[in-house]
Amino acid sequence: MSEKEKAGCPVLEVFRLGIDFGGLTAVDDFNMVIHASEIAGLIGPNGAGKTTVFNLLTKVYQPTRGKILLDGKDTSGMNTIQVNKAGIARTFQNIRLFDKLSVEDNVKIGLHNHTKYGMWSGIFRLPKYWSEEKRIHNEALELLSIFDMQDLANATAGSLPYGAQRRLEIVRALATEPKLLLLDEPAAGMNPSETAELMENIRKIRDKFQIAVLLIEHDMSLVMGICENIAVLNFGKIIAQGNPSQIQSNPQVIEAYLGKKKEV
Amino acid sequence: MLNYLINGISLGSVYAIIALGYTMVYGIAMMLNFAHGDVIMVGGYMAFCATSYMGWPAIPSVLFSIFICTILGIVIERLAYKPLRNATSLAVLITAIGVSYFLQNAALLIWSSNPKAFPNMVTLPTLVIGDLQISSVTLVTILACIVIMVALTLFTGKTKMGKAMRAVSEDKDAAQLMGINVNATISLTFAIGSGLAAIAGVLLCSAYPTLMPTTGAMPGIKAFTAAVFGGIGSIPGAMLGGILLGIIEIFGKAYISTQLSDAIVFAVLIIVLIVKPTGLLGKKVNEKV
Amino acid sequence: MKKISESTRSSFINYSIILVFFLVFQCLLSMGKLSSSFSGQLIPICAYIVMALSLNLVVGISGELSLGHAGFMSVGAFSGVVVATSLQGTVEASPLRLLIAMVMGALIAALAGTIIGIPVLRLRGDYLAIVTLAFGEIIKNVLNCLYVGVDNHGLHFSMKDANAMGMEADGTVIINGPMGALGIQKLSTFVSGILLVFVVLFVIQNLVNSRSGRAVQAIRDNRIAAESCGLNITKYKLMAFVTSAAMAGAAGALYALNYSTVVPKKFDFNTSILILVFVVLGGIGNLRGSIIAAAVLTVLPEMLRQFQDYRMLVYAIVLILIMICTNNQKAKEILAKFGSVFSRKKVAEEDK
Repeated sequence: MSEKEKAGCPVLEVFRLGIDFGGLTAVDDFNMVIHASEIAGLIGPNGAGKTTVFNLLTKVYQPTRGKILLDGKDTSGMNTIQVNKAGIARTFQNIRLFDKLSVEDNVKIGLHNHTKYGMWSGIFRLPKYWSEEKRIHNEALELLSIFDMQDLANATAGSLPYGAQRRLEIVRALATEPKLLLLDEPAAGMNPSETAELMENIRKIRDKFQIAVLLIEHDMSLVMGICENIAVLNFGKIIAQGNPSQIQSNPQVIEAYLGKKKEV
Repeated sequence: MLNYLINGISLGSVYAIIALGYTMVYGIAMMLNFAHGDVIMVGGYMAFCATSYMGWPAIPSVLFSIFICTILGIVIERLAYKPLRNATSLAVLITAIGVSYFLQNAALLIWSSNPKAFPNMVTLPTLVIGDLQISSVTLVTILACIVIMVALTLFTGKTKMGKAMRAVSEDKDAAQLMGINVNATISLTFAIGSGLAAIAGVLLCSAYPTLMPTTGAMPGIKAFTAAVFGGIGSIPGAMLGGILLGIIEIFGKAYISTQLSDAIVFAVLIIVLIVKPTGLLGKKVNEKV
Repeated sequence: MKKISESTRSSFINYSIILVFFLVFQCLLSMGKLSSSFSGQLIPICAYIVMALSLNLVVGISGELSLGHAGFMSVGAFSGVVVATSLQGTVEASPLRLLIAMVMGALIAALAGTIIGIPVLRLRGDYLAIVTLAFGEIIKNVLNCLYVGVDNHGLHFSMKDANAMGMEADGTVIINGPMGALGIQKLSTFVSGILLVFVVLFVIQNLVNSRSGRAVQAIRDNRIAAESCGLNITKYKLMAFVTSAAMAGAAGALYALNYSTVVPKKFDFNTSILILVFVVLGGIGNLRGSIIAAAVLTVLPEMLRQFQDYRMLVYAIVLILIMICTNNQKAKEILAKFGSVFSRKKVAEEDK
């Protein structure tokens, strides 16, 4: 399929997705469609099941019910590794970097499945090793340059400041060459100017790599600013779906959020 | 057949008592206390000294042995493990190994490597039911195990200290915030574990009456596997694991091969862990993503 | 390319350390300046360095605690002895025979590593540790009951006793159950030991700085993130484990072919622990540390001879003190404040 032909077919289609933990239903009847190059948002109060949806999409949890189609292909029976190879990459709410590796090596892990040499070439330093290492070195630096992080390439990932760690996670996810990028609270802990910059960068990534993005975020300025489509989750169920202005005026959404505010 | 079963339960009871020490310490301090097996050995020597050198009767000797081991347990914890409370588990493990070397070599210096004949502590007649002969040591061992099990269950379930212990093993920081003295609780756990090791030492040496500085090493390793077998951190698990391990060992010796009995025990452990990766009664802990 | 040059530099320092170690002791040896007890330690030192390096691959690089590493050494030792003895008539040159023995020891240990690794590596943390311990004990136990002999018809095996092998009268018993391997022809030399250290160091260092090694370290640092990057966890864990087992096997062959007799009991839990102590004291994941710790701690009991009976006691106390000094925050601060330049450096290295 060429890029043009694919444009019509959604990147992700989710039908009636659900999962139970013991007797507890965490997510139920979750439906969603994301088109190519679309930026979508998933919002909802704390504990609504947003991260669980990410875990279901990436098969960290196997869904109890429902179907996930990636580029029209059913992902049931796949595990996390296969889902990544099929084209979903993600970041984590509680940052999960390879702390003891360098920033560059973190990105190179993202490039792992696109690096073509084996263990023996690595041990005996065959020509394949040198050419591939050189190629992914350049590629890693280029990816890091999206966030202006190329100068940090040799730093240890665990020693980076919080914001930089979040950005590195995005770069690492991008390196796996996904069709769909899942971002779990990318702006958490960032100040307004950093958030605005991040927003620009997410758009830049979408335009440059032509990928779809689904993000979980509490920062409404970011969600309303860049998402073309938003789904609102409460108690594991979708209560509203639509474009930013539709969501902002939806009474159920207001209730879900204000109700929560009263509790606090 | 029935005789083997009873012998198995008896040996298993000793493993279970030792395994309790491992499991309680693991539950609370999250560390593999490799020196535990050597505390057993010290317990054996203490009882031996009390009876053979000082001529004490059985019960005071055992109490003396428990007393010394309890103190030893607390001292070890304070000197060697407490400074490493926040260190990596591997660092603590190596320290425990250092303590184990220390105890073994100290015993070697004091009592030499010559095996000592352990005096018969249990001088009750052998119980005979039909063809079945149960030696008094076997009987006492099994009884001791039952009493300890019941007492520990009551202790952790009903008493304030026992509840504090469970709270610390669940969440150290939260327990501290609730006003529980975490250090005292950890010391108490070591004290109880080491006291139990002393009892196990006496029972073990009564059943197999040769005492050497390395006496505790192999039972220690086996009891440790018993604790894992039952699900480390779980008190009923340690009991179950210990007794099953004892039975498997005795039956393996009797029906398959004497030389390979240890291999059989460990092979069963591996199979259990592969089928049930957290042991028989262990809790499954899922990592939050 | 700064990163690559940095790791390359570190690799070359390690090679140089081994080279200097070799030259110094080879000179002392040829001048006859070494006491016999010390020169007898040279080959075991090489074997233990290899053991420590290979265990570091599992514990430090792959992040899994293995308590049965001596088991692989044992497999390598006895298969190496069997190979060397049965080739006595066919392969004349002893260096070649040693090489074949080490390669076979490595291969058979790798096989054992694969068989053990597949079930074991599904477990995590302490459970994995205890299962490796169990496998180490099983290997020891089985080798204790193993009888191997050779005659004109080839190799004979038995699990019962030497007679049950049904050998011809002129056959030789190579492994005699709990008595172990007897009458081994000494093939190992200091040079061969150093060469093995070089090879192992070469393989580990190049592996760590390659695609596969990076994957192994990523899985160690964060398993879930590694999965979400599409890394095959089992494959890379197994790769590190089997490579490590193979190296231990070669070390075992080197070690065994240095003595006339070797018993299975030599490779028990205590030996596994001893090697782990080398790795931890040298710094987990720090190859240079492993080399130095293995060499120093192998000769340390010899050097503590003046303490006579107390030497193992002193060794135990030193071990505990080192662990406390390098891991306790307060002790670290005190060391940093009052310590000499040496201790400052040490703390800095531990922090890394």
